[in-house]
Amino acid sequence: MQRSSPLLVITAIAVFIFLLGPLVIVAAASISNTEFLAFPPQGFSLRWFVNVFEVSAFRDTFLISLQIALLGTFLSLLIGIPAAYALSRFGFALPKALSNFFVLPILVPQIVFGFSLLSAISVDFDLPVFPTLLIGHTIIVLPYSIRVVGASLATFDFSAEEAAISLGCPPMKTFYTIVLPNIRGGILAAFILAFITSLNNVPVSLFLTGPGISTLPIQMLTYVENFFDPTVAALSVLLMALTVLVMAVVEKTLGLGYFVR
Amino acid sequence: MNRVLPWLLVTPAILAILVLLVLPLLDTISVTFIQEEGVFAGYQDFFDRRFNRGVLWRTVRIALIVTVIAIAIGFPTAYFIARAPRSWRSILIVASVFPLLTSTVVRSFAWIVILGRNGIINETLMGLGLISEPLSMLYTEGAIIVGLAYLFSPLMILSLVGVLENIDKSVVEASISLGASPAKTFWRVILPLAMPGVIVGAVLVFTGSFTSYTTPVLLGGQRNTVLATLLFREAMTEFDWASASTIAVIMMVLTISVVLIMSRVARRLNPAAA
Repeated sequence: MQRSSPLLVITAIAVFIFLLGPLVIVAAASISNTEFLAFPPQGFSLRWFVNVFEVSAFRDTFLISLQIALLGTFLSLLIGIPAAYALSRFGFALPKALSNFFVLPILVPQIVFGFSLLSAISVDFDLPVFPTLLIGHTIIVLPYSIRVVGASLATFDFSAEEAAISLGCPPMKTFYTIVLPNIRGGILAAFILAFITSLNNVPVSLFLTGPGISTLPIQMLTYVENFFDPTVAALSVLLMALTVLVMAVVEKTLGLGYFVR
Repeated sequence: MNRVLPWLLVTPAILAILVLLVLPLLDTISVTFIQEEGVFAGYQDFFDRRFNRGVLWRTVRIALIVTVIAIAIGFPTAYFIARAPRSWRSILIVASVFPLLTSTVVRSFAWIVILGRNGIINETLMGLGLISEPLSMLYTEGAIIVGLAYLFSPLMILSLVGVLENIDKSVVEASISLGASPAKTFWRVILPLAMPGVIVGAVLVFTGSFTSYTTPVLLGGQRNTVLATLLFREAMTEFDWASASTIAVIMMVLTISVVLIMSRVARRLNPAAA
């Protein structure tokens, strides 16, 4: 292997400081014992972490975000897995453009989609906020479900399925006992990717909040616009810890190769 | 084989996207053309206003600058990752992925801590006695650009690592051993081979920056309006849904055009990858 030139090494180190430094700074600012954001932190206090749990808006919106992310991810897998299966098993019988069609939710700017949902579904059909939010989140994570499960199906040897069927196993039972266990890694990866995407989403949720119902990222946005204390820094640390936890689960079960598609 | 089964399996997903995504978008599009003053009155009105033209140009300008910065940052880093030993590579890729999995609110907020009045840069410069008054870096176009470059550089890195890893080392060695300088090897051998990855990354970064809301709202303040913040303001503060719809359609058309044109360019550059 050829050695990298010193200039390249220095550039790469600088870029990684640029990428990770701001997150370290947020973490440091979260323990500052000041009423305003300070770096380097002045004094040491965990009171902003306590404050995260005392601000009821954060508690409530976190629960809503969690429900939306879990339900939306579940629904997207429910309709995404059959679609991914059909595309890899019977792709020849389906139009080629179909897999492009399924990318549409990623192609359309999310803020545009959020606005359209508000004007076309929430207002026209008088649908309450929660189901509209759920619809929005289900649609934006659907492409992840289809593509990640599809990638997993691409490595599955369908002759195992044919063997089971020719030996007299009913098709549905074959799917549950042969296909599903073999793609569970892909399903878990799709679940995690979709869950994090939904949990962090701002542009779709932006228009779909109503009296008493908002999501955590929207609440954080509102808080940052009005207060300058380190509470959001503390909350950021908690969310980063959650991300690390999720990445550790992926690493343990699937290996980190899953992040590089 | 059963001819209905494949269609049966894809129907729920097709219906979900058609009814819950395509129809609402068509509704938004139709609103912009059904105007009392004429079919294109909404667009005429949008482009007639100097302010709106300024916002559109600012949004495009920011997205272009961010894309260029992301390429400049992402290329050497991805090249470094691609040539790093295996054990290092996965650590470096995780370090690039981690910011992507973190909330955009958190990542934009970080720059408030850095660029703010009591932020690190001001504190440092004042501590060194280089300035006596804090610089106002926050709530500027520059702050938006820095924030977005920070947000989207990882996407560029990840788009490039794959293509750079696949470049056959012997091709690079051949170029060097035949007497080409490292710079010439880069421009004539490595860059053309990496072009599909550059294009994919550039499309992701450009469209992401062009349609971003969180970063401009947190780092740009009131004065530096971009299309996304203008759309939100028209819809939720002015309650002018016709104008909001017009902005939504302009954003959608520009985004999708960029994606379609660039994927065609990518296909032409690398027929094998298509």
